[in-house]
Amino acid sequence: MEPVSHGLRESATFDRATIHAIQRAAETGIYDIRGWGAKRKVPHFDDVLFLGASMSRYPLEGYRERCDTDIVLGDRNATYPLRLKTPVTIAGMSFGALSAQAKEALGRGASEAGTSTTTGDGGMTPEERGQSKHLVYQYLPSRYGMNPDDLRKADAIEVVLGQGAKPGGGGMLLGQKITERVAAMRTLPRGIDQRSACRHPDWTGPDDLEIKIRELREITDWEKPVYVKIGATRTYYDVKLAVQAGADVVVLDGMQGGTAATQDVFIEHVGIPTLAALPQAVQALQELGVHRRVQLIVSGGIRGGADLAKAMALGADAVAIGTAALIALGDNHPKYDAEYRQLGSAAGYYDDYQDGRDPAGISTQDPSLSARLDPVEGGRRLANFIRVMTMEAQTIARACGKAHLQHLEPEDLVALTIEAAAMARVPLAGTNWVPGAGL
Amino acid sequence: MAALTTTVADLSQQSVRDLNSALHQASSGTSWSVTHPDGAHNLAVGLTAALDVVIDGPAGYYCAGMNQRATVTVHGNVGPGVAENMMSGTVRVRGSASQSAGATAHGGLLVIEGNASARCGISMKGVDIVVGGNVGHMSAFMGQSGRLVVCGDAGDALGDSLYEARLYVQGKVKSLGADCVEKEMRDEHLAELAELLKSADRDDDPAGFRRYGSARELYHFKVDNSSSY
Repeated sequence: MEPVSHGLRESATFDRATIHAIQRAAETGIYDIRGWGAKRKVPHFDDVLFLGASMSRYPLEGYRERCDTDIVLGDRNATYPLRLKTPVTIAGMSFGALSAQAKEALGRGASEAGTSTTTGDGGMTPEERGQSKHLVYQYLPSRYGMNPDDLRKADAIEVVLGQGAKPGGGGMLLGQKITERVAAMRTLPRGIDQRSACRHPDWTGPDDLEIKIRELREITDWEKPVYVKIGATRTYYDVKLAVQAGADVVVLDGMQGGTAATQDVFIEHVGIPTLAALPQAVQALQELGVHRRVQLIVSGGIRGGADLAKAMALGADAVAIGTAALIALGDNHPKYDAEYRQLGSAAGYYDDYQDGRDPAGISTQDPSLSARLDPVEGGRRLANFIRVMTMEAQTIARACGKAHLQHLEPEDLVALTIEAAAMARVPLAGTNWVPGAGL
Repeated sequence: MAALTTTVADLSQQSVRDLNSALHQASSGTSWSVTHPDGAHNLAVGLTAALDVVIDGPAGYYCAGMNQRATVTVHGNVGPGVAENMMSGTVRVRGSASQSAGATAHGGLLVIEGNASARCGISMKGVDIVVGGNVGHMSAFMGQSGRLVVCGDAGDALGDSLYEARLYVQGKVKSLGADCVEKEMRDEHLAELAELLKSADRDDDPAGFRRYGSARELYHFKVDNSSSY
């Protein structure tokens, strides 16, 4: 019989997950490390709505009139900016955290959909490069697998300062995933618990970063766009500093952004929601006079075409998906429910990406598990998902009378809650009230 | 084979972009002389051919960054990150180096005839570094692979969180970082050190050095180690 039917009352402060966390800590003596992103409820794109056209605005015909989705990223300095068919890009995720098959599937899906994918903290694999039409090469504090040949093979370079799941934290890959191949790519002993640095080893502040970005440009003969990725915290200032340091593209990752292995306390308690960070970034770009000239990619909890459209309406040029992309590949699929339960989880709850025993063959280096993921089939699923996202956003944009997704604007939005109105800087629905405006 | 002619790049007359572009297109075996560097940043970065490049004066940040195959000699001091992420080749600094010398470098030889500041060899991944003088604090931090030879003294927290890099110090070590310990100097280490000193054109006696490496106690997260982090 369910306890609640006896009139038992669960504590809001000490709920069952909290009680379990205390018990687990007392038993093991170590903090909880897990994958996924923040699971707590925070103000998000769900809390804003579009005002479709009616008398005062003119909509576009849904199946007849064009609504374009193509974008250009990094045309401020680079000879070869990225020209993508859709503003849905794939976020950086490492080989090591993910299987080679998963990385290949991400490349295949992105290429089929006409968009970019991104390496991660562990270098560039031939599978990924070979299957990715547009590949962004991350330049991380650890510099694992960093080499100038791969830098020259990349289509863009992303200098990573942080990620939304753990702004201020370095990477982590536990020993069970450090196989021979992963260890060799990272120049580490096999099977150790790998700690990535949280700070870059050869520069410390925005003035140094400016020189570092110029070095990367010099090495690659100014051919490639240079992105700067930040975790969402002091976003207004960080974006200004990134632009001053020379970023062609700013990648902003909110606290809902995923991770392969991070302390739960870090994921849930550091950083700010994507919805709160995005308007700060746009304000910074506008004040510098570079909004749209320095492009803004937003990530952290992007799940579908509505999130894409809302992010773009608030001023983003593109979004990046990570967790949603893995789900599209097969992560948390019900067909693995029995195996998830053997691991103490369940389909829809699985977040032990650090553990290396992923039944879906995605966040694992176990050959028998990773072989379950067919990169061709996975790529097709991801391409389908990206196309659906794009079409959903087009549906909304046409309803708002916009002939390009980039024409969506804050004026198209209202908020459902006071919190969301204050963060997104759009009026509370049915009012003209933007909390905090003019302060 | 010695080059027949040396191309002079005068940075009072041309830009760093001009220099790097020319070096990226140059053929192996050619010699280059860079005059009036005046501390400019990003000199001779991303070289891929077996060039001989001599920089006649001080250089700024990231001199010879990501070098492959080339030999770069600096007649002066260098700024932070000299030879950062070098893959192969040789970089020789006749003066002293600022912090993060040889950071994350995967291969090749970096020789600093003077002193190197903090974080020399940080996250080194296979490079050999020989410093004629002293190194600053946190040198070889998280060093993964390769050898660091210090002919003078080492500052605080040498080899903190070290992986598999091997460290040799002739002078005093102010303190060792977490998980870095002194290790026995066996014959193979003396031979390895003699070879490194020779490659750097030094005549120090390997017997006067001590060897340091990882205790490998922090390779796995253990609650009992929490005070070490």
